[in-house]
Amino acid sequence: MAGNENFEPVIVGFTCNWCSYRAADLAGMSRIKYAPNVRLIRLMCSGRVDPQFVLKALAEGADGVLITGCHPGDCHYVEQNYKTLRRFALLKKTLAALGIEQARVKLIWASAAEGSILAEEIDKMVAEVKALGPLNWKTDGRPTTDDGRIPSSVSRPRSVSEEVPA
Amino acid sequence: MSKPKFAMYWSAACGGCEIAVLNIHEGILDVDANFDVVFWPVAMDAKYKDVEAMPDQSITLTLFNGAIRNDENARLARLLRNKSQVLVAFGACACEGGIPGLANLSTPAAILDTAFSTLSTDNPNNLRPQSNYKMPEGEIHIPQMYETVKSLDQVVKVDYYMPGCPPESPQIAAVVGLVIKALKGEAQLPPPGSVIGASGSTVCDECQRARSEKTITAFTRMATFQPRRDQCLLEQGILCSGIATRGGCQALCPNANMPCVGCYGPAPDVIDQGARMMSAVASVIGSKDAPEIEKIMSGIVDPVGTFYRFSLPHSLMRHAKASQQ
Repeated sequence: MAGNENFEPVIVGFTCNWCSYRAADLAGMSRIKYAPNVRLIRLMCSGRVDPQFVLKALAEGADGVLITGCHPGDCHYVEQNYKTLRRFALLKKTLAALGIEQARVKLIWASAAEGSILAEEIDKMVAEVKALGPLNWKTDGRPTTDDGRIPSSVSRPRSVSEEVPA
Repeated sequence: MSKPKFAMYWSAACGGCEIAVLNIHEGILDVDANFDVVFWPVAMDAKYKDVEAMPDQSITLTLFNGAIRNDENARLARLLRNKSQVLVAFGACACEGGIPGLANLSTPAAILDTAFSTLSTDNPNNLRPQSNYKMPEGEIHIPQMYETVKSLDQVVKVDYYMPGCPPESPQIAAVVGLVIKALKGEAQLPPPGSVIGASGSTVCDECQRARSEKTITAFTRMATFQPRRDQCLLEQGILCSGIATRGGCQALCPNANMPCVGCYGPAPDVIDQGARMMSAVASVIGSKDAPEIEKIMSGIVDPVGTFYRFSLPHSLMRHAKASQQ
């Protein structure tokens, strides 16, 4: 797993429109070089990051997830980043119980003026995830048809819900 | 005219679903009056080869309970899928993986170690079950465990989901009644893929307890605390899954002063029940200070077992890292 020199991790990065996204912008405008492994997704607030987003990213191929937001006290929406802080603490605990290494999911505060700090933290995280190697999460487990294929009819979504009157 | 055919099967399950069906009381006579029961290992004698001999699509309604733990479970799931017109994932295990699904935190080898090498087990030669074994009389086979536990819909296409551990008997009676009506052309079945016999909202919607915006500074457990009967359990520091769980049980557990354990699966429009619980629990913690938050969360001793008690195999991650090696 680890030790593959050519391994380039895929990291999904959630950024806040009011701070960390602008920090990334500033890093670009200041021509600060940093690892290109993070795919940034702009949200209006780090409080918008549902734990489902993080789990979905990891389950579907990401090697790590980076959540970024405004410093405590600086939230554009008053205190949603505190909510992020609490959710992240719970998420960390749950992921640890699932055996996922701590370094793969990170929370970083970066104001709009902190382009260099964001770039530094991204470099640090990419190096850590590189050292861990690919996550390569399997969601199919062992094939379940007699001939060893994963059945194509297997469906996950359950969009409709119906009430049956008692 | 012959009656429509009915089957019920259990795979990795405890048998509680079968009891829940019998708990519809005299409603079971309606089942008998309207259906020909062709296969139901708990209630009548029938062999797998009898089912294999049936024409495809010849069973009108099959209630399948239990998770998919081994190759026998999967084989019967595929067999009953072929033989049935309507296949219902019946109960939490078939819908979500259920309690057996918590085995996805471990590996089959570790599970067998626990079962066959504990201090109280008399197993001096450290034997393990073998799926194939040669006897003087010939080779015998027992089912082989899969690496992970799966929900029914991860193995075959499922027409309807009926959640609950077990599904509530009035809900079963209502569903059976609906199918009987549909067979007579008096009612229409819901669109395939629907969750039936449950509500379109959360357990909280059915719970009588008063909710406020109260936050907490510590989690507590039922063993050491007597909660008030009129106030939301989560707001009293008890981890109650009602907020992330589909209703339909009339909030049985909270009304009996016990927290919801989440057996009806994720609430409508929720993909991952545990993730929704994390969001909900984060909102009720009354602290903005990282070390203090950590301290409050130390009261949550088993996050996966609490948030995903019935839904781990059907969650986004499905299993722990240990079981994918």
